[in-house]
Amino acid sequence: MHRTLISAFIAGTCLLSAPAWAQSLKIALSSEPTAIDPHYHDLTPNNALIAHIFDGLTKQDENQKVLPNLATSWENDGKTRWTFKLRQGVTFSNGQPFTADDVIFSFCRTLKNETAIAGSFADITGNFTAVEAPDSHTIVITTKAPDPLLPNFLSGLAILSSSIVPHDKLAFDAAKNCGVTGTWPVVGDFNDGKLAIGTGPYKFKSYTKGTSVELERNDKYWGPAEPWANVTFVPVPNAGPRLAGLLAGDYDVIENPAARDVSRIRDDKRFGYVIMPSTRVIYFQLDVEREPSPFVKAENGKNPLKDPRVRKAMSLAIDRDAIIKRIMDSAAEPAYQFLPNGMFGALANPPKLAYDPAAAKKLLAEAGYPNGFQLTLSTTNDRYINDSQITQAVAQYLTQVGIRSEVDAMARAIYFPRRSKKEFSVALGGWGSTSGEASSFLRQWPATPDEAKTIGGSNYGGYNDPEFDKLIRTAIVTLDDAKRAEILQQAGTKVLEGGAFIPLHFESTIWAYKANLKYAGRADQFTMAMQVKSAK
Amino acid sequence: MTAYILQRLIQSILVLLAVSVVVFLAVYGIGDPIELLVPPQVSAAERTAMIQRLGLDLPVWQQYLSFLGNALKGDLGHSFVHGVPAVDLILARLPATFELVLLAMGLAAVIGIPLGLLAGLNPESRPSRAIMAGTILGFSLPSFWKGMMLILLFSVFLGWLPTAGRGETVSVFGIPTSLLTLDGLKHLALPALNLAIPNMALMIRLVAAGTTEAISQDYVKYARAKGVRRKRIVGRHVLRNILIPVVTVAGMEFGSLVAFSTITETVFAWPGMGKLLIDSVYQLDRPVVVAYVMLATLLFVAVNFLVDILYAALDPRVKLTGEMA
Repeated sequence: MHRTLISAFIAGTCLLSAPAWAQSLKIALSSEPTAIDPHYHDLTPNNALIAHIFDGLTKQDENQKVLPNLATSWENDGKTRWTFKLRQGVTFSNGQPFTADDVIFSFCRTLKNETAIAGSFADITGNFTAVEAPDSHTIVITTKAPDPLLPNFLSGLAILSSSIVPHDKLAFDAAKNCGVTGTWPVVGDFNDGKLAIGTGPYKFKSYTKGTSVELERNDKYWGPAEPWANVTFVPVPNAGPRLAGLLAGDYDVIENPAARDVSRIRDDKRFGYVIMPSTRVIYFQLDVEREPSPFVKAENGKNPLKDPRVRKAMSLAIDRDAIIKRIMDSAAEPAYQFLPNGMFGALANPPKLAYDPAAAKKLLAEAGYPNGFQLTLSTTNDRYINDSQITQAVAQYLTQVGIRSEVDAMARAIYFPRRSKKEFSVALGGWGSTSGEASSFLRQWPATPDEAKTIGGSNYGGYNDPEFDKLIRTAIVTLDDAKRAEILQQAGTKVLEGGAFIPLHFESTIWAYKANLKYAGRADQFTMAMQVKSAK
Repeated sequence: MTAYILQRLIQSILVLLAVSVVVFLAVYGIGDPIELLVPPQVSAAERTAMIQRLGLDLPVWQQYLSFLGNALKGDLGHSFVHGVPAVDLILARLPATFELVLLAMGLAAVIGIPLGLLAGLNPESRPSRAIMAGTILGFSLPSFWKGMMLILLFSVFLGWLPTAGRGETVSVFGIPTSLLTLDGLKHLALPALNLAIPNMALMIRLVAAGTTEAISQDYVKYARAKGVRRKRIVGRHVLRNILIPVVTVAGMEFGSLVAFSTITETVFAWPGMGKLLIDSVYQLDRPVVVAYVMLATLLFVAVNFLVDILYAALDPRVKLTGEMA
């Protein structure tokens, strides 16, 4: 009798406590979002957090494929006119219905956002000549130049509720203040949550800088309800304590544990983990323009990096697989191009960049450098995973084939300003394609800069290939997907042949979690509560 | 008296000015924050607009003067990274750091002083030697490693305390504190202990050395000859005399812990001011770094100023004349 009572009591407690326990989720982040304002700074941690509270017209799935979100469908007329059909029956977390006015208001706000960090979405809306709403659930956007990636870019542009600011009839006309009669909200206004009103699956509960961001389930969400009633994000920037927190049971999910520590949880039944390749490619950018180049010393006084044979030799001298195995603890994929295979505009099967020191030596001799030359590789030591160790390994590989290499490692605060002043000869770089397709890297790094620096803004090595330039300039205004993918593949091949960029690997992102949970991982490195599922 | 205070005041202002120049130039010299703030794919027009808005296109002396002008009006600038006033950012972190340091110094005193006395009274005994050996460990273990070991022991293996972060807070006179909740104290325990250990070692050493010295002084010998009980000699005569240097050192330590307990705050993800400083340095968030150092200097200058005046008021031998340096 007693025993039955006790077991009944225990069963009862379990029944009561299990759902309550299962409904809250605590996630440790490696870097903290800098603001709640979704239009403040276009940064990975910010964008990941914002996606919980706000929706864009479109969204990207875990492989960065573009899917409908607040817009159910879209089409363009083959030129510059896009028509987006908006989702019916959506309400904001404050109860206001979602209409085309909110879209116009949000687009306007990116242009009237005084506190934003430059380029945080104003570059997208700055390309709009007109935004009209023929009815309450249709938006017609006309762009200055054809923009095939508009749906990709709109996935990150959060839609605010126009009810947060007093206004008359809203119209997309920044010069006339878009019809807004009150003052435009600034970044500080969002941090207490009053203006953080979105249509997303979660709503804002509290934000204490450095301590936590708390969210709760949005019961008015238009999609299927989320399994988690409460989600807390805690910033723990140090990898050691972050993993210790998971081991001690303080956190349910952590992002970016150190790859070398994964062995600590690999054989532990209480935890699971996922290693997901990201689009972030790590590469060396060579100075192929100047003569002489500041950090190259050759006997003949020239810049050997200008010779394609030397560049090829450098790539052949590097054992990518060994770097991944020994330095990256296998949490990376070898890169033979600048975007992972199979993504839009990437080559399906790029030729393998093999390790062949003998061939490298032969090429160097052919190019007139049988005794090699001296080189300094410049790198950050606090930006990419194991960045300075990778560069050191590459320096040793290069030295082995006769290119006597040294490493100059520095903090990113010093490195990036120096790199943009073109102070280096061989510089480590990293690039994550936020658009999830090939033009992101190609237009930014190898392209010859145009005046407004909308393309070629990071061409610090002075790479110049007129044929490639023609291809990339065509690709970014080609609206036909199949045609654009083909041109991008041709452009990518050209850059690989040029050899002025030596790809090393794609960083992988790691998430670790309690064994009763499951996280699929995302190519864009976002940590999203929406994708944390119960393992059962 | 008035002349003296006035002179000290002018000195304090000069110190603040000098520090502001040095800090401003140093932070300016590290690098260009634009490269870290603005993503590379941003168009040249947007980038230029941002540079102008932050005033980074002006020559450094002009930037400094406009900073100084605003500072006199009480505005130390907006954070580049967070877009909110730098002072708000720093003051919001102050209570967290303050309660951490308060608890750490309290622990250090409550444990350190008795142990120091014990070690100083019988320097040759076994426990005393063990205590003194322990202080060497307390000094020399790096804070970062010690923090990780505390986490491993108390959180991962024993599971008694949370690993990192600040716990539940309650508001007292509008200031959030975690000293008054159980969850808050649990979160405080490890970082406070980590911060307390080197200070505890310091106190033990100071008290022990002072005690050994004091015990051979004439007034102690006289008291003993008079037949005063040992307890009273230690508590009344020895302790009182040796506490003066201890209090001085503890005060100095308190100030530097409030401003620079960076490593402990980083390991335990404690949302205090030290962590803000280190984050801001990494991100070249100039206004926050400058405002931070200015506030810290102000704190030290103000405390010194008060101490000097108090000192003069307490000790009649100190003359308050304008000639005094």
